[in-house]
Amino acid sequence: MSAAAWQAGRGDPIARLARYLHAHPRVTLALLLTPPLLWLGVIYLGSLLALLAQSFFYIDEFSGQVVRQLSLRTYAELLTEPNLLVVARTVAMAAAVTFACALIAFPIAYYMVRYASVRLKALMYLGVMVPLWSSYIVRVYSWKLILAKEGVITWLAEHLGALWLLEAILAVPVLGGPSLSFSMFGTFIVFVYIWVPFMILPIVAALERVPRSLMEASADLGAAPLATFRRVILPLAFPGVVAGSIFTFSLTLGDYIIPKVIGTSHPYIGTVVYAQQGVAGNVPLAAAFTVVPMIVMAVYLTIARRLGAFNAL
Amino acid sequence: MDSSEVAVRFDGVSRLFGEVRAVDRVSFSVRDGEFFAMLGPSGSGKTTCLRLVAGFEHPTEGRIFLSGKDVSDVPPYERNVNTVFQDYALFPHMSVQENVEYPLMIRKLPAAERRRRAGEMLELVRLPGFGARKPAQLSGGQRQRVALARALIGQPRVLLLDEPLGALDLKLREEMQVELKAIQRQLGITFIYVTHDQGEALSMSDRVAVFNHGRVEQLGTPAEIYDHPRTAFVAGFVGISNLLPAAVAERIGAGSRSFSIRPERIRLATPAEPVAEGGCSADGTIRSVLYYGAQTRYLVGLDAGGELTVVTQNSDAGGPRAAWSAGERVRLVWSRASERPIEEGVET
Repeated sequence: MSAAAWQAGRGDPIARLARYLHAHPRVTLALLLTPPLLWLGVIYLGSLLALLAQSFFYIDEFSGQVVRQLSLRTYAELLTEPNLLVVARTVAMAAAVTFACALIAFPIAYYMVRYASVRLKALMYLGVMVPLWSSYIVRVYSWKLILAKEGVITWLAEHLGALWLLEAILAVPVLGGPSLSFSMFGTFIVFVYIWVPFMILPIVAALERVPRSLMEASADLGAAPLATFRRVILPLAFPGVVAGSIFTFSLTLGDYIIPKVIGTSHPYIGTVVYAQQGVAGNVPLAAAFTVVPMIVMAVYLTIARRLGAFNAL
Repeated sequence: MDSSEVAVRFDGVSRLFGEVRAVDRVSFSVRDGEFFAMLGPSGSGKTTCLRLVAGFEHPTEGRIFLSGKDVSDVPPYERNVNTVFQDYALFPHMSVQENVEYPLMIRKLPAAERRRRAGEMLELVRLPGFGARKPAQLSGGQRQRVALARALIGQPRVLLLDEPLGALDLKLREEMQVELKAIQRQLGITFIYVTHDQGEALSMSDRVAVFNHGRVEQLGTPAEIYDHPRTAFVAGFVGISNLLPAAVAERIGAGSRSFSIRPERIRLATPAEPVAEGGCSADGTIRSVLYYGAQTRYLVGLDAGGELTVVTQNSDAGGPRAAWSAGERVRLVWSRASERPIEEGVET
């Protein structure tokens, strides 16, 4: 650019604005941050607070109208036995799903990071991600077919001569049922299937950050592979497991579609919230129920932190 | 050499990565208690050799012996060697104390003994009282010392050091050189030291193996390597070296073989200076002058073709002239005895 053109450029309004913003970085920062902060503050946190407020209202038993007065009456209702059973069932399911996801995801993630070639690793990434691109509902319903009495699992068990095993599993009280698609086992299997990618990806990310030299150093200092795994790899990858478990645990706590489509008619937090805010019209109780997963997650993360899950971060 | 005195022996060892021969039919022995340097540019195979000793790699061909025992297929955790890694490889989730105790913890030694020995080791590397810190809270030099303490606590026969000072600044590097050497003498164990820094290799080691293209080009004491480089590569890689091709040598009357000569063996003189008996000379023009404080380095273009580097000491007893400047005509004078013939047919 010639000196004259450069001089001319200084005069136009855009250049002047640019110079103003350059000289006032705080103004620039405010302009850039205001829209996302508004979104976060008003729409996200605001609605959360509205939800929280709702849970302190209660429903008038006679009129069925929401009474907009602060009260712990709804929480008292939440703490009755049938509702506590729903909470316990949901938390137990979420814990079991999380544990199973971690058991399945860790070896897969470890293989992807340590052994797979670049090509195979890309393929495995696709294998983990592609199911996430297809409709969740379609996948849940296809599992209904897979798990049905006339479905492929029964067929396979028959041909492998393992029908007795399937029947033994279905005969387990509470967890079993007439077929996998009408049992808690079925609900569990589909939950694990749906959420396992959310466990694999954070563990892969955590393992990627563990330098190979740490494993070599451990072996060099006399640790056999199992000791290296226990003392070095697992502690360093654990924040990834915790990150993944936040997903699998909270997603299971809040889901209402899978327990509706697959399993027994036992209610979970998600299905209860769905029913209370819909047919029953008890929005305060629904709100109180949604507060439960938040408290459970807060307690869970506190315990995880106490156990040192984030020490390696 | 008695086999009991040999700490490490390579017998025709090759390591192939696909088609690439990272280590190519290498044979050498490291004596017990020796400070042995493996020197070479990156990709020359020196680090792979170190990893072969540690057990992170296994030879494709040939055998490796530790104290006379064939360890070619023995995993690292069953070898009595320890490594100081280039990136230190300290466990980030453990304290300094836990890092240093790690080998003893793996061997299930009682906690009291672990603590005592870790304390001694931290004393040895001059980091007493640092046990409670995390590696992230240490400086580069301190991490280096922790890595050293951790590698030494198990009392290995051989300590492997992979460019251990590479990440430190110059001052610290010189301090650590002195300290490493002192620790090696104090403990009397074998050190195998990988570096691409010829200064480090020359100043610290008892013997140096110069690596190039996966092979050992020359193995000898630092003085042998520096004063009698056998190949053009060694002459060029270790120290500054002048290499005169056979054609130029012939034109200046220095015989018909190509040779190398160290820059400090050449004297700068005025073009009129007569050449003494047993001497040799070449006339040229100074192309550039680089001032280094204690020394000055001149690059001289020869009339006969080629260039020579000359290094002069900037002392008060510095000869007839204190300094020369670029563009001046000079006569370079040296003794024929300083010329080192280079083996022909060796690529640089």
